[in-house]
Amino acid sequence: MDNQKWEVVIGLEIHTQLATQSKIFSGASTAYGAEPNIQACAVDLGLPGVLPVLNEEAVRMAVKFGLAIEAEIAPYSVFARKNYFYPDLPKGYQISQFELPIVGKGYLDIEVDGVKKRIGVTRAHLEEDAGKSLHEDFHGLTGIDLNRAGTPLLEIVSEPDMRSAKEAVAYMRQLHELVRYLEICDGNMQEGSFRCDANVSVRPKGQKEFGTRAEIKNINSFKFVEKAINHEIERQVDLIDAGGRVVQETRLYDANKDETRSMRSKEEANDYRYFPDPDLLPVFISEALKAQIKATLPELPGAKKQRFIEQYGQDDESATTLTSSRELADFYEQVVQLSAGEAKLATNWMTGDVLGALNKAGLDISHCPVSPERLSGLIKRIADNTISGKIAKQVFDKLWNGTATADEIIEQEGLVQITDMGAIEAIIDTIIANNQGQVEQFRSGKDKVFGFFVGQVMKETQGKANPAEVNKMLMAKLKG
Amino acid sequence: MHTKTIAELARGLRSGEFSSVELTRNFLDRITQYQNLNAFITVTADQALAQAEAADKKLAAGSTGLMTGIPIAQKDIFCTDGVKTSCGSKMLDNFIAPYDATVVTKFNDAGAVMLGKLNMDEFAMGSSNETSFYGPVLNPWDTNAVPGGSSGGSAAAVAARLVPGVTGTDTGGSIRQPAALCGITGLKPTYGRVSRYGMIAYASSLDQGGPMTRTAEDAAILLQTMAGFDEKDSTSVDKPVPDYLASIAQKLDGLTIGLPKEFFGEGLDAGIAAIIESAVDEYRRLGATVKEVSMPNLKYAIPAYYIIAPAECSANLSRFDGVRFGYRCENPADLTDLYTRSRGEGFGKEVKRRILIGTYALSAGYYDAYYLKAQKVRRLISEDFKKALSDVDVIMGPVTPSTAFGLGEKTGDPIQMYLSDIYTIAINLAGLPAISIPAGFLNAMPVGLQIIGQYFAEDRLLNVAHQYQQVTDWHQRSPKGFE
Repeated sequence: MDNQKWEVVIGLEIHTQLATQSKIFSGASTAYGAEPNIQACAVDLGLPGVLPVLNEEAVRMAVKFGLAIEAEIAPYSVFARKNYFYPDLPKGYQISQFELPIVGKGYLDIEVDGVKKRIGVTRAHLEEDAGKSLHEDFHGLTGIDLNRAGTPLLEIVSEPDMRSAKEAVAYMRQLHELVRYLEICDGNMQEGSFRCDANVSVRPKGQKEFGTRAEIKNINSFKFVEKAINHEIERQVDLIDAGGRVVQETRLYDANKDETRSMRSKEEANDYRYFPDPDLLPVFISEALKAQIKATLPELPGAKKQRFIEQYGQDDESATTLTSSRELADFYEQVVQLSAGEAKLATNWMTGDVLGALNKAGLDISHCPVSPERLSGLIKRIADNTISGKIAKQVFDKLWNGTATADEIIEQEGLVQITDMGAIEAIIDTIIANNQGQVEQFRSGKDKVFGFFVGQVMKETQGKANPAEVNKMLMAKLKG
Repeated sequence: MHTKTIAELARGLRSGEFSSVELTRNFLDRITQYQNLNAFITVTADQALAQAEAADKKLAAGSTGLMTGIPIAQKDIFCTDGVKTSCGSKMLDNFIAPYDATVVTKFNDAGAVMLGKLNMDEFAMGSSNETSFYGPVLNPWDTNAVPGGSSGGSAAAVAARLVPGVTGTDTGGSIRQPAALCGITGLKPTYGRVSRYGMIAYASSLDQGGPMTRTAEDAAILLQTMAGFDEKDSTSVDKPVPDYLASIAQKLDGLTIGLPKEFFGEGLDAGIAAIIESAVDEYRRLGATVKEVSMPNLKYAIPAYYIIAPAECSANLSRFDGVRFGYRCENPADLTDLYTRSRGEGFGKEVKRRILIGTYALSAGYYDAYYLKAQKVRRLISEDFKKALSDVDVIMGPVTPSTAFGLGEKTGDPIQMYLSDIYTIAINLAGLPAISIPAGFLNAMPVGLQIIGQYFAEDRLLNVAHQYQQVTDWHQRSPKGFE
């Protein structure tokens, strides 16, 4: 695409599944993965005569989100029925919010390639999820699983403020991080707890009016969002360049083929016939409730990052990494606390070896085999010079693969750093005596040979000598 | 036994005059004897006798609950665990409810004996009981006449002494109109007074369950069991339930009655007007004063109702899609075929008519002109009542413009049928309580008096109705052949 000629306009609608114990309008459990239709009670099945009762926890979570993005919280919001027929929609309507959503205008700050940008959030509203239609394994028929029916969702609608797929991904990641910080969504994208629809359009640079948009449905990973949007941009530009016109429609992204294809056009779109649900009372949010919920807000990612920079002397990159999830940040702060304030060492170990090992093993921090207690045990021994940084890496491997503490490993393996300078001096003297050729070379100006001597000392001490002390003493002896 | 009121039956059970099993057998026999009325869709004889036996044990152990051992019947709109709950529709002809409505649970807990499920207009849409999949119910006063609707089976069963008290539901007059046409007492409580959980929804913002009995005193006993906050119904109101019998005997000195002039205009049968006037005279003799009040927006009640109720019903009835329960067409070719034929074959004409009206009214481009406008009218009507009730204690008027009309007389003309609810519909739009009590006869057919009260003033309505029944005997009259 010619970046000089075209501007991309993207808005996202993100469905976050709220982490309540029970469903939004019934007492059934929301746990994932049960046998089909086990977690669907009379209300979820839409049996004749049943009535919805609002789960207050879902309301609190929505308000929590609204407060976190500094949005207007509606003092009065209304549930509406969105009418359409589908076999996995038991009542023939979805209870959602339409004209009066619970969360109004707010914003989220993102950063792409070092450039900060503010993305507007238009609204966020509460609604119930539908069930699932299963098209495989039923010999041409369709199976219906209503376990998911009635699961609370917060649909977060952004302004069309994003101008590239990268910005869209950054926004999505920021939101993903935030909802997990707030503990209102588990963020599990494989299980569909965090789903994204993207509205994409292009327009000639400088044009004020938006181009005709296409909506891409259900893109469920950061990678796919970027690919799907980029693919869609390309499709639209190619279409216009070839003299065609973009039509307003809903498209589905096919990850296997890396393409989007048309699902339904605007003409085929449903008339949802929204109207206020007479079974539910309007939701009133008092100032007192808002204040009460505000008091439960955790430190948010932006503020935490700033604090990490100031309090722990981290650079921007480390602080970004270590505040990318609340669990990771909490882990880090525990390590610092347990290691009596070794913030710098903790930062290096966390951003380096710990995250590296987690990455390699495909684990997240909550499943880290090395607890903050055991990691801080290691850091303390580095800090007090009991072991060298090099030995520490060996100890870390053993921490990762076992259950012993750093002190136990150091003790068992005899890894304590040799601090007896007399012993080191004797070793150095022997090495110098046995390698007179190399000594000559060094003295004739071949500085590189110095590394050979260091290596020999480390070999003799099995790496337990303090490298700085070895260097100092070697240099003095070789220079004679 | 069948001539006794619930209050009398409760005394008889306690004094050992008869047992609940005897009582139950007696009424079950009458149900069989008069099955030509078609008042019941399902008779639950075995279950009733088991409940009666349990009730007799409770009575022997000294149970004090007035409902213990009293036979009742439920309108077939209330879900009953393990018992067919058809809502008068082919759509639910095969539906065995897997749970009890809150009202049903309350009666069970009170020790009442359920004899069966009562016929009704399909999904409570109708004013004559002629839209029922199970055929029309006959009016015991004239078996060529309709009993009214939609709680037509309920009214006919009580009038014919097949059961001393029943439940009904009232969305636009469905308790009061059949009560009036069958000469019994029917109370529509304040919206939110009785739980709607398990009561199959027609128009959720208007539907309200209530008692139908021969006397106001019996209505008080039934309402005592039915009323109260239910956490399963968000629109039920968390307000204490008064003791309805405690104030029923209060004298009416100083009672102020409002007569809306709009209730006595064109369209009202002169004979009925005369009966209402003489009932009001009776109240004057009981110490009441009478005032004229005005409700200028009343004339918009029927059009507003026929937007709001169909709009809500169009969504409420979407769940009947042939997928999970109820009627499913044979060999559907695809999903659209499954929907269109299951619904096309499962619903009757009147239900389809209202679904279509409601779907249209909610459609893009029409919503503001119809649904929103109707909601505005609804608020204006509520304001009219609020204003009138700030001047008077109760409002009185007719329940119906005429006595029971002939079977088949209005089925071809929906508008004429809708107009038979002209005096009852506005009360549902305002959410107020109202009672219909027998007030006389015109050409040997019963006429009802409607009394409308303040929100949650069911106690006052029952008191005003009861005092009238102390000095009149209209409510004691029995249709010929059912004595």
